[in-house]
Amino acid sequence: MEVLTLGLQDDIFALEADIVREILDLVPVTEVPNAPLFVNAVINVRGRVVPLCDLRLKFGMERRPHTRDTRIVVIEVPISGEATIVGLLVDKVYEVAEIAADSMEDVPRIGLRWSPEFIRGVGKRGTDFIMVLDIQQIFAIAPRSVDLTAA
Amino acid sequence: MGAGDPAETFRQEAQELIEQLEQALLDLEQTPSDRDLVDSAFRALHTIKGSGAMFGFEVMAAFTHHVESAFDQVRKGKLQASPPLVALALEAQDIIKSMILEPDIDNSSREKALLDELSKLVSAEGETAKNGAPAAEAVSAPSQAQRWRINFSLARDALVMGVNPLLLLDELRSLGHCTVTALTDLIPPLAEIEAEGSYLRWDVVLTTDVPRSVIEDVFIFVQDDADLSISLTDLPGEGRLGEILVDRCAVSRQVVEELVAARPPLGEMLVEAGRVAPEVVKSALAEQKHLIREQVDSAKEAKSSASIRVPAERLDELMDRVGELVIVQARLKQLASSNGGAQFKAVAEEMERLISELRDTTMTIRMVPIGSLFSRFRRLVHDLGRDLDKKVSLVTSGEETELDKTVIERLNDPLVHLIRNSIDHGVEGAAERLAAGKSGEGEVRLEAYHSGAQVVISVKDDGRGLDRGRIQAKAEENGLIPPGAKLPDDELFQLIFQPGFSTAKEVTNVSGRGVGMDVVKRGIEDLRGTVDIGLRSGGGTEVTVRLPLTLAIIDGLLVRVGMGRYVIPLPTVEECVELSPQDDLRSTGRSFLSIRGELVPFVRLRDLFASPLPPDPYQKVVIVSLGDSRVGLVVDQVIGDHQTVIKSLSKLHSSIKAFSGATILGDGSVALILDVEHLIEWVMEQSDVALLEAGE
Repeated sequence: MEVLTLGLQDDIFALEADIVREILDLVPVTEVPNAPLFVNAVINVRGRVVPLCDLRLKFGMERRPHTRDTRIVVIEVPISGEATIVGLLVDKVYEVAEIAADSMEDVPRIGLRWSPEFIRGVGKRGTDFIMVLDIQQIFAIAPRSVDLTAA
Repeated sequence: MGAGDPAETFRQEAQELIEQLEQALLDLEQTPSDRDLVDSAFRALHTIKGSGAMFGFEVMAAFTHHVESAFDQVRKGKLQASPPLVALALEAQDIIKSMILEPDIDNSSREKALLDELSKLVSAEGETAKNGAPAAEAVSAPSQAQRWRINFSLARDALVMGVNPLLLLDELRSLGHCTVTALTDLIPPLAEIEAEGSYLRWDVVLTTDVPRSVIEDVFIFVQDDADLSISLTDLPGEGRLGEILVDRCAVSRQVVEELVAARPPLGEMLVEAGRVAPEVVKSALAEQKHLIREQVDSAKEAKSSASIRVPAERLDELMDRVGELVIVQARLKQLASSNGGAQFKAVAEEMERLISELRDTTMTIRMVPIGSLFSRFRRLVHDLGRDLDKKVSLVTSGEETELDKTVIERLNDPLVHLIRNSIDHGVEGAAERLAAGKSGEGEVRLEAYHSGAQVVISVKDDGRGLDRGRIQAKAEENGLIPPGAKLPDDELFQLIFQPGFSTAKEVTNVSGRGVGMDVVKRGIEDLRGTVDIGLRSGGGTEVTVRLPLTLAIIDGLLVRVGMGRYVIPLPTVEECVELSPQDDLRSTGRSFLSIRGELVPFVRLRDLFASPLPPDPYQKVVIVSLGDSRVGLVVDQVIGDHQTVIKSLSKLHSSIKAFSGATILGDGSVALILDVEHLIEWVMEQSDVALLEAGE
C-alpha cells in the first residue's frame, strides 16, 4: 500500500496516497467564525474554497503556531456521500512510502497515545511505527452545531 | 444537429412538441372552438409523427397518425373538439410520450384500447357534426392556397448524420402541389468530391393552404445546419420570367431593368402603345418596391427571432469561466489601484466595465421565465381535480418573471407538493363549497413577482384554510409542542413544515403521507430560499416562497471586521453610516441608532465573530433591510463594492448559518459571504438564550 507519511507532534502518521491531490505550503487562511475548532478556516485551492482542518485538534493535541515545516495536504474524501476536497494542516510531510499490507496490524487497544477510533492500523517501516489514519472516520462525525460559548 | 445521436436529439425535440401539444389540448378544453389551438395541436402531432418515422419510431408514428387524423377531422370542421376527445387526446399524448422516452415499455394494450375508443368517438361525433356544425365552420375556414418558394441546402455532413433529403421532399409534396428543382451547381469536380458529402441544393415551389410554420416544421430537424429560406410569393398566376428571377433575388432588378432598358422599358412600351396610363405604371413600380421591402423586412424579423439550442453544461462552463474572469479582474483592479500608471488604470477600468457586462449577459442567458414551470402544473391540476372529483381551476400570473434555470428546475418538486396539498387539503368538494356560499369551482392561484433581489412565488387557494385545532392537536401528539401550549398563528403554522407532520385524516395517494411539507422546506432552503404558510384574509391558505435571483454571482459590499473580510449582499444594503463615538459608548451589546429619526437596532459583528483585535477608531455601520425592518451591522471598515462569485461552503461548514458561501478576493484570499437573514436570526436566538440564562 502506498502512503504519504506525515508528522504530527512527534509521531509519524500516514494517509493512503491515492486520496492525496496535492501538498501546499502555507497559504493565507480565512477564519470561519463560530465554526467547530477542528474546521475553523477555509483556504483558496486553485479557485476553490476548501475547508482547512487542523489534524492536531482531532487527536487532542494542542494548537501550535505554524513553522516553516507546516504543510497543507489537500485530499478528497466522501463526506455524507459527497466527494469533498479538504485541506489537512500537518506539522510536517515526509515522503511517499510503501507499507507491505501484511505488515499492517490492528490498532492495539492500549499503549496508544492518540484516540484509536481515527486510526485504521499500525504499519511498520524499519524500526518506526506508522499510524495509518482512518480518514473516513475522521470526517464521519458531523461537526457539532455551532458552539455558542465559542462566540 | 452538429453531433450526437440523432434519436436522442429527436427525443429532446419531441419533448417540447409534446409539451406544446399538452398546452394546446388543455386550452382547447376551455375554448373548444378555437381554431388556432386545433391547428397547434394538429401541427404538434403531425411533426411528432413525421420526425418520429424519420428517426425509427415507426410504431409511435403509426399510433400518432390515428390521433392526428382525428384532429385533422376537427380542423376540417367534421368533428368537434369535445371534452371526451380532448381527454382521449391527453391520454394519447401520455402514451406517445412513454413510447418516445421509454421505448422498452410495452404499451400495446393501452394503445389499442385508446384507438378503439377514439374511432368510436370519431364515427359517432362525425355523424352529429355533419348534421349540425359545419355551416359555421365553413365560414371561418381560411384555407386560401398560397404559393411558397423554398430554397434549401443541407450541411455537408448531413447524409452522414442520417438525414434523408428524399423524406424531406416527400413531406413537402404531401403538403400540396409541389415543383422541385435540384440545383447541381455546387457539385465539385469528381476528384474533389467527398463520397458522402451533400452538395445539392433544391428549389421548391409549393402551393398549399398550410401556414408557414407547417412548412418550417418539415425542416425542424435539419434547420440548425441547413441553409433554408422560405418565402411567400404572391406573384400573379402566370409570372414573367424576369419577375420571377427578380423575386427570387437570382438577379437584381437593376440588371433586368438595364437589359429591358436596352429595349424601351415595358411600361413605356405599354404607355406608348396607349394601353396603360403613365400613372398606373408608376404606381405599379411603387408596388414592386413595396413588395421587395416587405420581404427584406420579414427576412430581418426571422433572423432576429432565431434561437439556438445549447446543452446546459456548456452554459455552466461558461458561467464558471466568467466567474474566474471576475476573480482575475478583481486582482487586476487591486494591482491598478495600488501601483498602476494612469494608462494601466484606464485599461483596468475598461476591463471592469466589459467584464461586468459579460457577467450580466451570461447571467441573463441562464434566466428562464417561470412560465415554463407554471405551464406544467396545469396538467397536474387537471388530473388531480379529476382524481379527487373536485372542480379546480389554476390561475397563474407573473409567468414572465425570470429565474436562474437551475433554480427553476429544482423548484418543480416543492411546487408540485404545494399544489397537491392545496387541492387535496385546502379546496373543498363542490357540495361543501356551495354550502359555505362559495362557487362550486375551487381556485388555485400561482403567482410570481420580483421583490428586491428576491423572487416571490405564492401558492394560494380559496379553500377551507388551515385548521388551528387540528394542527395544535397533531403537534401535541407528535411532541413538537407541550400540551396546551399557546402559540401565535405563524409559529403554529410553521410546525407544518416539521418532518412527519400531516393532519390528513386518511392517507390518500395524492398527499397525506406526511412527507410533503418538510421536503418542500428542505428543497427551498437548499436554494437559499424561505417558505412561509399562512391564512388568506379572504379565507383559504397562502404559501409564500422567497428565493434569491441567482445562485452564481452577486454584487456585494466588501467589509472588514478585525482581520477578516466579509461580503454583504449589496441588494440588502440600504446605506452606510459612521458609528459616532457617542453611540458607540452609550451602547453595550445590542443597541439602537437613530437614522433620520427612526430607531435602528445594530449588532457588532466583531463581537459575533469574536475578533481579538481592538476595534478601529472610526467604525462604520452598514444598514441592511430585512423585509420591513432594518438592522445595522457594525464593521471596522467598508472596503467597497465587489463582484462576488459565490462558492459554496463544504458540508463541514453547513451548520454555520451565518454564512451563505464564500468568495475569492483579488489577492487570492477567501472572504465569507454573510447570510444577513440567518445571521440576525442567530443573533436573536442567542440573545433569547442570554435572557433565559439571565432570568434563571
